[in-house]
Amino acid sequence: MSTLSSPSGAVRPAPPLTRLRSKHLLSAADLTAEEIVLILDTAEAMQEIGTRRIKKVPALRGQTVVNLFLEPSTRTRTSFEIAEKRLSADTLNIAGGETLADMARTLEAMAPDLLVVRHAFSGACHLLADICNARVINAGDGMHEHPTQALLDAFTIRAHKPSIAGLKVTIVGDLLHSRVLRSNILLLHALGADVWLCGPSTLMLPGSERFGVHATTAIDEALAGADVVMLLRVQFERMRGRFFPSVREYFEMFGITAERLRRAGPDAIVMHPGPMNRGVEIASDVADGPSSVILEQVANGVAIRMAVLYLLAGVEVDEVEP
Amino acid sequence: MIPDPCVLKAARLVDPVQGLDGEHDLRIAGGRIAAVGRDLPLDGAAPVALPAGFVVCPGFIDMHVHLREPGQEHKETIASGAAAAVAGGFVAVACMPNTEPVNDHAGVTEEIVRKAAAAGLARVYPIGAATVGSAGERLTEIRELRVAGCVAVSDDGHPIADALMMRRALEYVSMFDMPVINHCEDPSLKGEGVVHEGYRAASLGLRGIPGAAEAVMVERDVSLSELAGGAVHIAHMSARGSLRAVRSGKERDIAVTCEVTPHHFILTDDELEYDTNFKMNPPLRAAEDRTAMLDGLADGSIDAIATDHAPHHADEKALEFDRAPFGVVGLETAVPLALDRLVHRGVIGLPRLVELLARNPARILRVEGGTLEPGSTADLTILAPDAPTEVAASRFRSKGRNTPFDGWRLRGAVAATLIDGRAVYVNDSVTGAELLGASS
Repeated sequence: MSTLSSPSGAVRPAPPLTRLRSKHLLSAADLTAEEIVLILDTAEAMQEIGTRRIKKVPALRGQTVVNLFLEPSTRTRTSFEIAEKRLSADTLNIAGGETLADMARTLEAMAPDLLVVRHAFSGACHLLADICNARVINAGDGMHEHPTQALLDAFTIRAHKPSIAGLKVTIVGDLLHSRVLRSNILLLHALGADVWLCGPSTLMLPGSERFGVHATTAIDEALAGADVVMLLRVQFERMRGRFFPSVREYFEMFGITAERLRRAGPDAIVMHPGPMNRGVEIASDVADGPSSVILEQVANGVAIRMAVLYLLAGVEVDEVEP
Repeated sequence: MIPDPCVLKAARLVDPVQGLDGEHDLRIAGGRIAAVGRDLPLDGAAPVALPAGFVVCPGFIDMHVHLREPGQEHKETIASGAAAAVAGGFVAVACMPNTEPVNDHAGVTEEIVRKAAAAGLARVYPIGAATVGSAGERLTEIRELRVAGCVAVSDDGHPIADALMMRRALEYVSMFDMPVINHCEDPSLKGEGVVHEGYRAASLGLRGIPGAAEAVMVERDVSLSELAGGAVHIAHMSARGSLRAVRSGKERDIAVTCEVTPHHFILTDDELEYDTNFKMNPPLRAAEDRTAMLDGLADGSIDAIATDHAPHHADEKALEFDRAPFGVVGLETAVPLALDRLVHRGVIGLPRLVELLARNPARILRVEGGTLEPGSTADLTILAPDAPTEVAASRFRSKGRNTPFDGWRLRGAVAATLIDGRAVYVNDSVTGAELLGASS
C-alpha cells in the first residue's frame, strides 16, 4: 500500500475524509479546504500509478463515464480520458446534437455514472446536474469555472512550495473571460493564498473587490515578491470588440519576460494553463526556462482527474491498490 | 353577480384623481360610474356591502405586456393573456408589437382588437411598431395604426438605436397625441450581455450589461424629446442613471415618463444563479439601482408600475442561460408584490399605488379609466390588502410559468376585477369575495 504523504515527506495519519461531500464537482466553491487537501493527497497516490508498467487500477471498473465535450478541447478531454482509462472506467465521448436538456434526458435513459462536461456556456453543467442522476464534473463551462484545472494548479504549486497558505500568487492576463481564473481564486483562497490579479483595465474582473483579491494594472507591483506567477491565455476567440490595441502593446505592458520576472520572488514558479501564446502572455525563454512548471501542470492533470473521478465515484481506497 | 344598477358600499375607496381615500359609496349604472360619495341614496339600486378589508380602486392598467399573438401562440394568446390580466387585477393591458408578424400595420392591430373583443376579458390596447418590422429604419404608418386602435408606438425589444430615427418618431407622433415608448439600451454597450455587469455576473461567468447601456439612451431620449416635442415613455426602467435622467427631464418640463417593473424594484443581481426565470431584459440590477427605483416610486418621479409580462414556453427557458430567451411573466404577481413590498413596507401608500397602476398609465396612454369620477366606465380593481397570496406558477391563467416569484408568500391580494360593472374575476381564495359573483 502506497503512503499518502505530504511534500515534506511526513507520513500523515489516514485522512478523516475519504470522499467528497457533494455529489458533483461543478465549482471550486463546492470544495472545502479539507476536501481540496484530500484530492491533492489522493492525486499523489494516483501519480504513482502512472509510473507503473501496467498503468491501470480497477477503481472505476464497471462505471460508465461519458465525456460530453460540447466545446472543442484537446488537452482537457485527453487528460480526462487517460485518467478514466487508468481507473478502468468504461468511457465514451459524445459531442453535440439536440438541446442540452434533451441530451441530458437521453443520456439519463442510459444510466451513466459520471458525466464529464465541457461546454461553451456558463452554467451548462448545472443544467445537466439538475436533470441527470449521474454525477457531473465540470471540465470547463464558458467563462465560469474549470475546477480541475485549479486543482492541478494547486497540486503543482504544492510540489514546489512548502505551503500554499500565505503565498503571493499573481495571475496575469485576460481576467475577464477566464474560467481558470474564477476557479483558481476560489481554490487559492480556500488554501490561504494571497491572490493578485493583473491585466489591462479593459480585461479586469468586474466587481473584483468583492472577490477579495488585489487587482492592479501595474505589472511590476503585481510581480513584486510573487511566489507564483500564473499566466492566463489571452483568448482572442472570446474577445468581442477590441480590448487592447495590439499584441505588441499587450506584450510590452503585460508579457512576462525574463527581465520582468526578476521582480518576483527568487524561487518564483511560472505557470500557464495552456495553450500558450508565446510572445503574447509569455516570452519563450520564460516558458522554456528554469522557473517554468508548465509541462508539470499537464502531467499533473491526469493524476488530479484520477483523484477527482475516484473520490466522486470510485470504490473504496484499499481496492485502488492492485 | 353584481346587480346593475347597484351601490357598492366600501369601507375604503381610493381615487387620487378626486382626492378620495376613505369610506365611500359608488353607484354603478349601465356599466358606468354614476356617483361617488358618502351615504348615497339607493334610488332603487341594490346595495352591495363590501367586506371591511376590501379597497375599491380604479381599474389597474398594465401598460407593458407581451401577448404573443399573432405568431407565438405557444407562449401566450390574447385570450390567455387577458385572463391572466384580470386574475392579476388588471382591467386593461397595452400589448407590445413584437408579434409575428410585427404589429406594424393596421391589419395586425385590427386582428388584435378583434381577438381581444372575442375574449371579452381585459381591455387590450395595442401598441404599434414605431418602425417597419421594428427594424429601426422606416416609420410605420402611425396615423393608420392610431385609427385602428394603437395607443402608442414602440419597437420594444429593439431599442430605437438611431438617434435621427428616434427624433423623427418623436416629431411624428406629436401629431397624434401619443407617446413613443422606447426600450432604452445602447446595443453596442449591451453586446452579448445577459445579466447586469458586476460581481455576480463575473462569478457566474456571464456577460454583463452595465446600467449605463440603458442610461445613455434615456439621456439621449430626454434630449430628443426636448428637441422634437413628442412624448417619450421609458419602458421598464432599471438603472439609477436612467432615473437621474428622467428626473432632470421632468424638472425641465420635458414630456418624459417612465415605468418600472416589480422584479426591478424587488430583486437584485445578488439573487442570480443559472435559473433562467431570473433572465430578463433589462437585467436585475445592483442593490443601489433597486433602492433608486424605490425612491422614484415614493417621490413621484416614476410614473407607472408595469409588468413587462413576457411569457415563454418552458422548453424555451430550459436552455443554457446564454441561450434562453429574456423575459418573465408578471400579470398575476404584480399587484400582490406591490402590496407586500411597497405598501406594507411603508414605501408608498395606497393612493400612490393607484396612481402608479391606474391613473398614470391611463394618462400616459390617453385611454379611459384611471379614475372613479362619475361618467367613467365602471372598471374597478378591488383589493384585499391584508389577504395572503401564495404565488403558484402552476395555477397561472397565463400560459407562461416563467416567474422568479414562484412559491412566494405575500400579504395582499386582488379580491375582484370589474369591467363595465361586471365582475370578470373573483378570487375564490379571498374570504368575502364570493359576494361579487361566481369566479369566471
